[in-house]
Amino acid sequence: MSIFIDHSTKLIVQGITGRDGSFHAKQMMEYGTQVVAGVTPGKGGQRFEGTVPIFDTVYDAVQATGANTSVIYVPPMFAADAMMEAAAAGVKLIVCITEGVPVLDMTKVYPYVKEHDARLIGPNCPGLITPGQSKVGIIPGRICMPGNVGVVSRSGTLTYEIVNQLTKAGIGQSSCVGIGGDPINGTNFIDCLAAFEADPQTKAIAMMGEIGGTDEQEAAAFIKAHMKKPVVGFIAGQTAPPGRRMGHAGAIISGSEGTAAEKIESFLAAGMGVAQRPVDFVDLIKARLA
Amino acid sequence: MNLHEYQAKELLRAAGVPIPPGEIATTPEQAEAIAKRYGAAVMVKAQVHAGGRGKAGGVKFCPTPEAAKEKATAILGMTIKDLTVEKVLVTVAADIGSEAYVGIIVDRATKKPVFMVSAAGGIDIEEVAATTPELILYHPVDTRYGLLSFEAMRMGFFLFKDVKLARQAAKIMQQLYTAFMNAGCSLAEINPLVLTPTGELIAVDGKMVIDDNELDRRPDIAALRDESSEAPSEVDARNANLTFIKLDGNVGCVVNGAGLAMATMDLVKYYGGDPANFLDIGGSSNPEKVVNALRIITSDPNVKCILFNIFGGITRTDDVANGIVTATRANPLKVPIVIRLTGTNEEIAVKILQDNGFSASNDMDAAVQRAVELATKGGAA
Repeated sequence: MSIFIDHSTKLIVQGITGRDGSFHAKQMMEYGTQVVAGVTPGKGGQRFEGTVPIFDTVYDAVQATGANTSVIYVPPMFAADAMMEAAAAGVKLIVCITEGVPVLDMTKVYPYVKEHDARLIGPNCPGLITPGQSKVGIIPGRICMPGNVGVVSRSGTLTYEIVNQLTKAGIGQSSCVGIGGDPINGTNFIDCLAAFEADPQTKAIAMMGEIGGTDEQEAAAFIKAHMKKPVVGFIAGQTAPPGRRMGHAGAIISGSEGTAAEKIESFLAAGMGVAQRPVDFVDLIKARLA
Repeated sequence: MNLHEYQAKELLRAAGVPIPPGEIATTPEQAEAIAKRYGAAVMVKAQVHAGGRGKAGGVKFCPTPEAAKEKATAILGMTIKDLTVEKVLVTVAADIGSEAYVGIIVDRATKKPVFMVSAAGGIDIEEVAATTPELILYHPVDTRYGLLSFEAMRMGFFLFKDVKLARQAAKIMQQLYTAFMNAGCSLAEINPLVLTPTGELIAVDGKMVIDDNELDRRPDIAALRDESSEAPSEVDARNANLTFIKLDGNVGCVVNGAGLAMATMDLVKYYGGDPANFLDIGGSSNPEKVVNALRIITSDPNVKCILFNIFGGITRTDDVANGIVTATRANPLKVPIVIRLTGTNEEIAVKILQDNGFSASNDMDAAVQRAVELATKGGAA
């Protein structure tokens, strides 16, 4: 078991002929993901790497292949349209890797996707992976191994760091989900936590947050009220100066909302384990799996 | 990206918002001439990207052109929160009856732009939110439909019982919403929205923050960036496609990814050190980015040690290694460097570094500890 993706995931790559899209399409195929179609307007009828059929529209790709998931690598100004196109074509899981999508675009995409009964992950995220089964996005496959820890994070490389340390310590993962750092994203911590709670394979959860916003505090309240499985949390940006934006749109401390101290306090209040350093995840998770 | 008050007011004025006349002056003589031309009392207002301008003495009422010259002399060149005032807005002073607050901000919780309006304007709206939240009306807008007339009227009536004033206010909210959407804002506010004794509504101060992700498709807005009001190293970094924020410590950090960069800074603190900066070289790195990063970091005299922390995913660690070699060959380092890299092409990277006299580790904690040690010893390595 796993969350959101598994060996039955049939994937479309939107932007499959672009620089990032083609590179990662190959990586996903090598990992074993069923990449059933690509979409690039004007290249319909061609094949990617001699095998994967390319279509002009997502609609055509879904009709021809029965794909249920799409991953998006198109430039930021076209990403909103790409997400809505996938939702309109009936894709139920849409993963947008693209960084730099204007937030006002997302104010239109979010309700549109909801109304089409689809799940969006991202934008500005590394995607997700179910080790040994399927990867959708850019998380390096070789740092993961199958197991029973669920990983959910707002960061990219920080997630790799922690997953890598878990794997090196012999602790495998059920699924790892990068939800992205933008102010408006499709899937939040609570969505993933609820899915991990319901997933029989997952025995413990590692959650990596950042300064800015109140998602982690809300997640902590959810954990306290609804979760039986143990969760270990971490907040990046404990030493960030207030009022400065640290790269991610998410990583902003504004006013009293969203400081690391506030978030860590909410973790402790929810009875969670708190990792002070990335490496601390190893012992904290180990103790909870024992 | 923050806009200056005068820039925000231009955009609001273009959308139809009533705003008292105003012009920019860079010398006291210009300020005097503008005030003389208006033939009325003026406000002279420092144009810097800092809050609390009034408290810092950067906003003054001037009843005469002579006073405008005198106040402009005092304000031009003054420092507000480390920023030197290089221009002032000279604007006709308004007769103030009462003051309201009208703002829009993109809200994470509702995933929509949310209007905040309050009859208790003119002061810090965060203060109002904290102490008397019932005085603020929050109204989310579905951007697919825009601000509907009845929504604007609801907010108008929240501010004014009189239907004529409510209509005026509703119209201004429509105009503010238009300006907000057209400029690609993450925040836009009018504070205060003044009701004059003669029953007119005018915007006396305006603020806009632009979503940086909008700038590529809005060159007219991007052109409003005022680089003179930013730290030169941050301008340099942005032009090199790096995200850089200068801090006060002595460990210069070069990291890929914002989350890992923050976690690296945290770890530097954890081991008793102090980061000199936040620097994210981003996803798909090339050697050029590393060269630029090193140039920017080594230009800070506080830096006593440089720490690389690279987790190669999309980023190829051999690109980073080549960048380090190229940069240090051109400009030999005067401070020690600690390199931690792991991931994509790690073996190639380590070989490149070793062939050029560098050592590299793949353990984040060990590297950070070493960097802190070297920085606190005074860089005598």
